[in-house]
Amino acid sequence: MRQAVHAEWTKLRTAATTGWLLVAAIALTVTMSAAAAAALTYPPASSELDTTKLSLAGIELGQAVIAILAVLAIGNEYSTGMIRTTLTAMPCRTVVLAAKAATLSAAVLAAGTIAVLGSLLVGQLILPRNGFTVAHGYQSLSLANGPTLRAAAGSVLYLALIALLALGVTTAVRDSATAIGIVLGLLYLFPIIAHVVTDPQWQRHLQQIAPMNAGLAIQATTGLRSLPISPWAGLGVLAVWATGALLAGGLLLRLRDA
Amino acid sequence: MTATTMPYHSELPVGRDGFAQLLHAEWTKFRTVRGWVIGAFVAVLVVVLLALLTGSGSHTETCIKGKCSPGGPSVPIGPGGEPVIDSFYFVHQPLSDNASITVRVGSLTGATLPDGGGAGGSSAGSPNSQQLPAATSSGVQPWAKAGLIITQDTAPGAAYAAIMVTGSHGVRMQNNYTNDTAGSPGAVSAASPRWLRLTRTGSILTGYESTDGTHWTKVGTVQLAGLSPTVQAGLFVASPPYQQVSQQLGGSTGTQSFTLATAAFDNVSLHGPWSGTQIDPGNRPPPVLGKFQQSGGAFSVSGSGDIAPTVGFGRPIERTLAGAFGGLIVLIVLATLFITGEYRRGLIRTTLAASPRRGRVLAAKAVVIGAVAFLTGLVAATIAIPVGERILRSNGNYIYPVSTLTQLRVIAGTAALFALAAVLALALGAVLRRSAGAVAAVIVLIVLPYILSVASVLPTGVTQWLLRLTPAAAFAIQQSVPQYPQVSYQYTPANGYFPLAPWAGLAVLCAYTALAMGLAVILLRRRDA
Repeated sequence: MRQAVHAEWTKLRTAATTGWLLVAAIALTVTMSAAAAAALTYPPASSELDTTKLSLAGIELGQAVIAILAVLAIGNEYSTGMIRTTLTAMPCRTVVLAAKAATLSAAVLAAGTIAVLGSLLVGQLILPRNGFTVAHGYQSLSLANGPTLRAAAGSVLYLALIALLALGVTTAVRDSATAIGIVLGLLYLFPIIAHVVTDPQWQRHLQQIAPMNAGLAIQATTGLRSLPISPWAGLGVLAVWATGALLAGGLLLRLRDA
Repeated sequence: MTATTMPYHSELPVGRDGFAQLLHAEWTKFRTVRGWVIGAFVAVLVVVLLALLTGSGSHTETCIKGKCSPGGPSVPIGPGGEPVIDSFYFVHQPLSDNASITVRVGSLTGATLPDGGGAGGSSAGSPNSQQLPAATSSGVQPWAKAGLIITQDTAPGAAYAAIMVTGSHGVRMQNNYTNDTAGSPGAVSAASPRWLRLTRTGSILTGYESTDGTHWTKVGTVQLAGLSPTVQAGLFVASPPYQQVSQQLGGSTGTQSFTLATAAFDNVSLHGPWSGTQIDPGNRPPPVLGKFQQSGGAFSVSGSGDIAPTVGFGRPIERTLAGAFGGLIVLIVLATLFITGEYRRGLIRTTLAASPRRGRVLAAKAVVIGAVAFLTGLVAATIAIPVGERILRSNGNYIYPVSTLTQLRVIAGTAALFALAAVLALALGAVLRRSAGAVAAVIVLIVLPYILSVASVLPTGVTQWLLRLTPAAAFAIQQSVPQYPQVSYQYTPANGYFPLAPWAGLAVLCAYTALAMGLAVILLRRRDA
């Protein structure tokens, strides 16, 4: 397993796109979070504005880049034929997938931490200047504040789970374009359907099973009672999706020719 | 004698290499990959299935004393065929033939009723409640109306023309619910009263205003076709409910408080017996009944309600097309693969050897994938709209009626949106030469701004700019319900109102596609394949 992880780490590290994608994920996340924070004026139109969730809004964009990274991690092997070399060198296919998942998660956790801390920092700089201070009843964006810490740590985990979901889907379909289409479809279609459906129970159920809606519940710090799903349970739903995708991918990897 | 060698010439006739041949070649490439053809069918299927799903998840019920039955409240239909609100207090008398009526409005005041009437929507513990502009300092609603009206009869939905003073939008001339012409601005008070006059000549009605009763300014002229010789004319007062709309993920809930406006009229040019009528669509009695008092030539009239098109009522037809996003994602994948597949397999070198003019190769590809996407969108929308409407209706939902032309625009617009998005994906695929990046870029450009606009924590101002500047602006082509400036409402993307006009929105996507195609042609020519 150690050799497998080392091999996968070398592959991930030396691919030209990896570094660029991680930088792009961080940059896009922080930029969009900053834009969302800067656009807000006090007093807000909304009575229960969640400043923590708002200053982490960039995750909704950054996750797409993380998904690309994860798709390419195995999709590129299929498109170049490298997968056959990999499987010849390491015939135990489960170990290969596990090693890929481990190295990918490590890279995403590192980049995600920077992106989330960057977003919170930008939020701390911009939001109080716009009037969203603790004195006005808004959550402190400092990590010493329990809910903020949970939102920040959860967002990093969210990105890692998105990467694992994308890895699993790509292993199952063996094509980068189809895989990224499926992953982004899973993430982005549920919110739209939940928006169009008008029955409250349907909306609630859709938001409970949607990987993005449920997963991002971890960012909520206000109005927790009215959430369709509690923060950690929501992240659990995403974890179930990711595990399901990895299991399906792993099973197909074992059963099929590469 | 030396033998001369002739250069070799093939016996085969010279093949043509026009654009038609190129199109044929590209079409053959698309047609013969089984997965792509299946993909086009999957796109249609996704749109239709999601129309079924969204239809099944949307019910409208009317609950009276705990008993619920499908179907919403019935609404009157205006002369233009649109559902309208027609609820006001009317002090009237019959008026025959050509005539004129003049009045002076001395004041317009209002009050919001404290108990809220209780007939509003549910009040949810919602994160993003947004308030409409509150009543003006005098307590009157911005669109409270008081003035003169000539109407066919007192039935709700009747044709009318009216000249009025409003809470904070000055003098207006309105007719048949949807038409609105502005007169002079400024609020009315005892210090600055307004004189209003409405004259009828056949089917032509003209509104005038004046500040002193001698110098008159024409506000507008309207024609009411088929107006009968005897009509009802008189004074009216209406005050729309004060709405508090809460936006949250998945829709908006609203609470409304009923309001009452009171206007003082004098110098009425008509004499004779006046009768007061509360105009109301019926099954839902207004919590506030208007009234009038007459003392000599002075009238005090109180009224609640509005004379206006309904906004945010019923489901517009584009609600059945939410699945278009799913179909779009499938087509974006197909269109990207249409070019990146060639790079992955090395077929691009054969293609460019056979047809060295590279710009034309890309143009042929764009035409083929654009046509496939257009057809896919056309078929999907043509099936999804009637199917979705049918399910929505059977679940008691009221489908907002639209003209055939609008319906055609929504269907053809969806098809054009699919085609443009597919060409954009093809162009980005040619630029990046990698599938994953190109697919993700196009999906993020087209779908993400829409999600951020309708279902996120972003403030409305930001979401409106997102839907002006990003390719997601093109979804404006699906908006079938018009926006009425004379009705206060949250005209936000979340409620189905786009900041750009339908075709302007599609033009934004056109510009992005043209730009990407230009870049793709330049790079394809410059780079080695």
